Amino acid sequence: MGHMQTLSRRAFVFGSAAVAGGIAFGTYGRAEAAASDNPLAAGLGPNSVSFNPWVEISPDKITLIAQHADIGQGVGSVQPIMIAEEMDLDPGQFEVRFAGPSPAYFNTGFADEFAPFVAADQSPAAEEARAKTLEWLRQSGLQMTGGSSTIPDTYEKLRVAGAVARETLKAAAAKRSGVAVADLRTQSGHVILPNGTKIAYVDLSADATKIPPVLDAQPRDPSKWRMLGKPMMRLDVRSKVMGELKFGIDMKMDGMLYASVKLNPSKGQPLKSYDASKARAMPGVKTILEIKNGVAVIATNSWYAMKAVDAIACEWAPSAYPAEQADHWKVLESSFKPEFLGKEWKKIGDIEGGLKTGQLVEAEYRAPYVGHQPLEPLNGIGLVTDKGMEIWVGHQSPRFVQYVAATAIGLKPEQVTFHNQWTGGSFGHRLEYENVRVLAEIANQMKGTPIKLVFSREEDFLQDIPRQIAIARHRGSIDKGKILAADLQLASTTPLKGLLERSGTPSKDPDGQLAAGLWNVYYDIPNFRATSYEAQGLSPSTTWRSVGASTSGFFTESFIDELVHAAGLDPMRARIAMCTVPHYRKVLETVAEMSDWKGPLGNGRGRGVAFVESFGTPTAEVVEVSMTDRGIRIDKVWVAADVGKVVDPVNFENQVQGGVVWGLGHAMNCELTYAKGAVQQTNYNHHEAMRIYQCPVIEVRGLENDPKVRGVGEPPVPPAAPALANAIFAATGKRIREMPFNKFIDFV
Amino acid sequence: MIELTVNGIKRQVDVVAEMPLLWVLRDELGITSAKYGCGVAQCGACTVHINGKAVRSCQTHIGEVAGKSVVTLEGLDNKDQHPVLQAWIEHQVPQCGYCQTGQMMQAISLLASIPKPTDEQIDQVMSGNLCRCGTYPRIRAAIHAAAANKIAEK
Repeated sequence: MGHMQTLSRRAFVFGSAAVAGGIAFGTYGRAEAAASDNPLAAGLGPNSVSFNPWVEISPDKITLIAQHADIGQGVGSVQPIMIAEEMDLDPGQFEVRFAGPSPAYFNTGFADEFAPFVAADQSPAAEEARAKTLEWLRQSGLQMTGGSSTIPDTYEKLRVAGAVARETLKAAAAKRSGVAVADLRTQSGHVILPNGTKIAYVDLSADATKIPPVLDAQPRDPSKWRMLGKPMMRLDVRSKVMGELKFGIDMKMDGMLYASVKLNPSKGQPLKSYDASKARAMPGVKTILEIKNGVAVIATNSWYAMKAVDAIACEWAPSAYPAEQADHWKVLESSFKPEFLGKEWKKIGDIEGGLKTGQLVEAEYRAPYVGHQPLEPLNGIGLVTDKGMEIWVGHQSPRFVQYVAATAIGLKPEQVTFHNQWTGGSFGHRLEYENVRVLAEIANQMKGTPIKLVFSREEDFLQDIPRQIAIARHRGSIDKGKILAADLQLASTTPLKGLLERSGTPSKDPDGQLAAGLWNVYYDIPNFRATSYEAQGLSPSTTWRSVGASTSGFFTESFIDELVHAAGLDPMRARIAMCTVPHYRKVLETVAEMSDWKGPLGNGRGRGVAFVESFGTPTAEVVEVSMTDRGIRIDKVWVAADVGKVVDPVNFENQVQGGVVWGLGHAMNCELTYAKGAVQQTNYNHHEAMRIYQCPVIEVRGLENDPKVRGVGEPPVPPAAPALANAIFAATGKRIREMPFNKFIDFV
Repeated sequence: MIELTVNGIKRQVDVVAEMPLLWVLRDELGITSAKYGCGVAQCGACTVHINGKAVRSCQTHIGEVAGKSVVTLEGLDNKDQHPVLQAWIEHQVPQCGYCQTGQMMQAISLLASIPKPTDEQIDQVMSGNLCRCGTYPRIRAAIHAAAANKIAEK
């Protein structure tokens, strides 16, 4: 089993030429194990075989490995099905297991996102940079779920893995039967001989251990697919509906005790003192522990632990960031200065000259901190013994979990055994480590006893490292009915840099996520500049579904709308006319056709359009609203997205609809604000996002024109907020430039 | 000891009377379809039926449940063929799935009182059940389908 080392003798550091969308990880060493090692090999039983890190066949069962974490996006279904498609396995003929920590599971899907070129640029220089980035990913063994990479990372490698398994099983059957491989076929978990004899794959496992895997096996052409690309049943649907699937929070172990925690709500700061006298006497309480920045109660039941931890009076060290929200905004306002420059990501033409010509348009936009708050709160089970730690937790970065847990209690990463769990959502929350670190500390103090930690919802809110806060100051000019210049500038906290630092791999490079939605603007604007400033000393921030584009998409596409309006143009036709990438233009044309866009609606109704490419997926949305006596009602949303290949059509639609609900709901209704160093919103009644009564009809279409296969978990999010704001403007004449919108307008 | 009936079986638990039913189910009885989401009746993930009515088990003290009949998703009559569960499967409603047991328990209660609800009635009754993944369009479709199936059966 491989492990990660923060510093390694074979550290691989990027030169500036290959620095990722500006995103470079810090010194991130490769582990002793290499990406080419098969982590399944060590755990094989007798007469069992594994051809690669994704397929394991024993005499009694076939196990397929889901490489990523399942955070609701369907990894536990589509990834094994990509293998099963090639192996001619049917659902029900295999088990699914989540990958353990290993560099073999490095994420190839990040190569596009981290290379310093916009997604639509597929020039030789861009592709060369992506190849270098891929090599770096291989060297570093970066195992992470995120960046909408479920499909892009695994589309090739899992189908190849399945093809290798299929052809190797055929080779084993050929050897046993004496029939030429060319005369064998496979169906439903069996190799079939010309005479109709069927040999089950599991019966070939022992034979297969004795022959080399057929490594040059090729995946089939998509036209031959049985399952992929067609409506199929997600493998996890039935067990979720029947209430049988166990999430991390549902796990139980013999002799287990329950823990809950109270940490300094000023994130990262220590505990000064505490008084647990009241808590100690409460029912069910076993013991009270002091941990690095707070206290924990160990009890016989989660609720006893939560009640008791609530009764502990704590004195906290003061906040390291401004205690009050108004001061966070002030810091951002004063961050548009050279000393806070992140990077000038793009500069085309003569920006100052362009801005001096024609009609100047200026606007300032704001996006607040928001929480992730998946419905399953942070939790985990930990057991520390003399040998090391075992941890059962749903997490997107297995190797970083090992590092964080080990570092917290003085172990080596390889002494931490990690078991990934089904999760009740993430949206970026399960890329962070608060529960992992705390659980390690508690389990270490409770050596020998399995400890189940569950954060109360309130504690989860208080410790939730929020989405970045940002202000954009955009300027542009209109000349002769066209956009002549756009100067896009934003000041923001740094989500990716923060995550990397907490992962033990700090980076000094500009945060590339602040370029997302800012520099990848595909409109023909002759004078263009995109610049980020990185605000210092504010709340830690982290990746939130669609990350940088969740804020910049709103800023950019609202501002484009303002420019288009100033130019007297139709917002849809103008975007289509300005779009410089032919198949991106097709996305806009598709959503125009789906919504039957014909210009203003009148009668208190309005439509807005927005177009954002994020994570390589160009996505256009039209939102239609109407004014009612109870406020704005969202009537309908149309979405078109080009992912190159729609691998799982039903789940594709579900993910897109969910992304739209996520984008709209938070833009309408959510913010986290600090007071006395702590967030003031500590349950869903103060951070509601969208409930069913606000949810519109959402019509979805997937396009397949992009030359690469792309993801769709995040890309539907960024266009939702600006499309809604643009629709509200069309209906009411009111331009909303700050999220959440409900501060400025009522919704039904 | 507090005695209650869960899914038709008499159970005894030795906990304080203020403990919410949710935590008795989850941590004392090992019944996990009722989920902890918010603890303050804001999300509906903990929804179960008591004497046939949907309630938030996180806000129901175990002391109040003594002698009553609690049904969780595990204990639904005819579970494998239940029209609401079948509709949830056919429409592939779940993404992460964490809220869905509560959603279905609420939907079953809705259909018991309004056999053929309109979208507005669905919105009204289902708005206490939060879904962070955004499966609402599918929840609506599944409820309509379940209603149609139930009516067809009669």
